[in-house]
Amino acid sequence: MKMESALPAGRHGSGARQRLANARLRNILRDKWLYLMILPGVAYFIIFKYVPMYGIVMAFQDYKPYLGFMNSPWVGFKHFERFFGEPQFWMLFRNTVLLALYNLVFFFPLPIVLALMLNEIRLERFKRFVQTLIYIPHFVSWVVVVGIFYMLLTTENGILNELIYRMTGEKIAFLLEPEWFRTMIVTQSIWKEVGWGTIIFLAALSGVDMQLYEAARIDGAGRWRQLWHITLPAIRSTIVILLILRLGHFLDSGFEQIFLMLAPTNREVGEVFDTYVYVKGLTQAQYSYSAAVGLFKSAVGLVLVLGANWLAKRFGQEGVY
Amino acid sequence: MIYDKTLGNRVIDGVIYLLLAVTALICVLPFVYVLAVSFTSPTEAAKGGIILFPKEWSLSAYKYIFSTDTLFRSMLVSIYITVVGTMINLLLTSLMAYPLAKQHLEGRRTILLGVLFTMLFSGGLIPTYFVVKNLHMIDTFWSLMIPGAISAFNLIVLKNFFSQIPDGLEDAAKIDGCSDVGVLFRIVLPLSMPAMATFALFYAVAHWNQFFNAVLYINDNTKWPIQVLLREIVILAQSRIGDTSIDEVDIQPLTIRMAVIVFATLPILIVYPFLQKHFTKGVLLGSVKG
Repeated sequence: MKMESALPAGRHGSGARQRLANARLRNILRDKWLYLMILPGVAYFIIFKYVPMYGIVMAFQDYKPYLGFMNSPWVGFKHFERFFGEPQFWMLFRNTVLLALYNLVFFFPLPIVLALMLNEIRLERFKRFVQTLIYIPHFVSWVVVVGIFYMLLTTENGILNELIYRMTGEKIAFLLEPEWFRTMIVTQSIWKEVGWGTIIFLAALSGVDMQLYEAARIDGAGRWRQLWHITLPAIRSTIVILLILRLGHFLDSGFEQIFLMLAPTNREVGEVFDTYVYVKGLTQAQYSYSAAVGLFKSAVGLVLVLGANWLAKRFGQEGVY
Repeated sequence: MIYDKTLGNRVIDGVIYLLLAVTALICVLPFVYVLAVSFTSPTEAAKGGIILFPKEWSLSAYKYIFSTDTLFRSMLVSIYITVVGTMINLLLTSLMAYPLAKQHLEGRRTILLGVLFTMLFSGGLIPTYFVVKNLHMIDTFWSLMIPGAISAFNLIVLKNFFSQIPDGLEDAAKIDGCSDVGVLFRIVLPLSMPAMATFALFYAVAHWNQFFNAVLYINDNTKWPIQVLLREIVILAQSRIGDTSIDEVDIQPLTIRMAVIVFATLPILIVYPFLQKHFTKGVLLGSVKG
């Protein structure tokens, strides 16, 4: 097959094309078991990933389940117009973007710092001990994380609030007051994922050639200069790739976590696109409208990830795609 | 890094050790606290304060949560979807990854691109819900196992792993009369045990922690997995555990909530140390670009 495709296209006579087709058919027949093996997986992706993409047409209809996609009336951009016109649009937009920004600014650098610190540790056993412990929160569910935060912070006997009370004589209603909402979300994310986030940076760091450090030392570079000129450049591409991935999921504000943290008192600051889709779509049965909101979110996400990747390539980094 | 043991460097080292130790403690102390409170007698716990070791031991919280079937049933549901779900995950993922690892497979690129695209764009919650609904999976455990049967990311990592296995081994097996399926199960999978262990852990943890899918697809509360029950008890603090109403006086004391958290987390903490050495390797695999 490789040989045939190397021929200039113009010289493909019908005979050559026939031969190519025959060769392909032979390959397919030879690999029939491989195709059979791949079939369930392909079916999975078609049914659970591509059929829902087709299902997006409901965003342009007034979808009624008993009429189906075929018979539901088309309404064009009606649902999008409604969504962009709602005052809630800006609330959702602000909440989603602010949470994403907070996470980017406060969360993103921390695993890098932690990995750099771990990389400084010579005592293998201490290093492994710390690593073992900091990975653990990653493996518990958001329900447990949020639950533990509730218990620690509640004004009724929450241990942290007790401590604050003993020191300041006041209690802080972290869980009720909206101004604490974003802080709580970011703190929870950091607690759960900061340790796990170090793995990939540690991997990148372990690949650094020790000779570079030796050479730097001979040239008189101290610890900080080694960090600046050798260690950081060594993990730069990893940082960029992770940043791209993050930007691509900029609008995914940690659905489960926010869903669990939402309460009537903090909806003004906590409601994001994802939770809005759930509330409108599944609890109020406004299917087409919430599908439109979902499509808006997916489309912006796609643009963001492609844009970030393009930018990374412009700046001379390897992109993800 | 290479540096001299000067005073300045020693101080920096000291600070780093201290910061890391504090970080590690912050990561585990909440669990220690939860565990300790769950074993403390309710009266002692009600006084509040810092408990990292129970002063007055008591099993009453655990007796209470097992006084009805509710928690036990939810745990069975979770165990079922974790075990069966993970087997489905591993089977489907490896069945698909293996052919994709074969350079010569016609259409391989198209399929890979198709998979990659699903990582960038999705139909979203509502259309996916309708697919599950139209397949009559609502209120069945299938809805918790099948819609996430293959993770695109894991698939690609596994495909890369398979393609590193030398072709010679597989050719030899084929000459000995092994089919493609046989090669996968007898040669390739046994050679991929570290990767499979990692994916098993990741998939299993995802199933055990699964919460939102159950909220979406399971209306029947006798089929709730443990995480949904946990939310009811710990966060919403609304339901008495159970359908029977023993102990109406109990208003969800702290110890009971803690005990439920312990039970919902225990399996992971038990399995974690055994698989830990594998998964860092597995994550490294994942960082290799596809």
